[in-house]
Amino acid sequence: MSTEQVAQIVDAKGLSCPMPIVKTAQAAKGLASGQLLEVLATDPGSTKDFTAWAKATGNELVEQTVEGGVYRFVLRKK
Amino acid sequence: MTAVAETPVPAVEPAPAPAPDAGAKPRDILIICYSGELEKTWATMILATTGAAMGAKVRVFLTFWGLQTFVKDQKRITGEGMMQKMMSFMQRPGISHRKLSKMNFLGMGPWMMGKLAKQYNVASPKELLEIAQSMGVEFMPCQMTMDMFGLKKEDMIDGLGEPVGAATVIALLQGGDAPLFI
Repeated sequence: MSTEQVAQIVDAKGLSCPMPIVKTAQAAKGLASGQLLEVLATDPGSTKDFTAWAKATGNELVEQTVEGGVYRFVLRKK
Repeated sequence: MTAVAETPVPAVEPAPAPAPDAGAKPRDILIICYSGELEKTWATMILATTGAAMGAKVRVFLTFWGLQTFVKDQKRITGEGMMQKMMSFMQRPGISHRKLSKMNFLGMGPWMMGKLAKQYNVASPKELLEIAQSMGVEFMPCQMTMDMFGLKKEDMIDGLGEPVGAATVIALLQGGDAPLFI
């Protein structure tokens, strides 16, 4: 568990592709470099998608957990 | 490897797979939106929004049936002459009036697709179009198609770019844009 404060939470639970990624990108835009963004999703494809998104955009995937069918990603804005 | 060399070649260390340079400027994406069917419109919109979300500059060239999708939903008949009017009558333009290429069944198919999309929280092509525009995806109408179908600027949805021709498309491809023909 990271102890740092999450700056914003994106609740993408129940949403299908491409909305979890789209909402994340929109939220990341408003963050300052170094701030943390937490994303909650239920789309099983999001595990691979968020890894790919982080790689492509240079934002860091700090943490990734799954609990009760909810995928949780913590990303650090580049 | 099945490559045959006539003269022995010195063993070469296999080059490592090009590591994607994290955070480097990604290739621009050019979607050539040619088809007007519901499922292809959907694919165009999903890829355009995702491309923008991945940090790429996305342009969508709207041509032939693909351009009909970007006529205002409330427009029923477009064009000047009888033939142009008949064309729009036979295939209703607008993003909310797309038909499926298969299983259309007089609109039953698209209606069922819409129901399923709602049930599974899949954003509609129209919603995705609005998101794409808000994320800076550039839509470029094809001038030739505009002329051929008698479409005027006021027939089209807001926020489209200036009409362009095939040379603009080719120049973007030559410049290295990743192409998608849908």
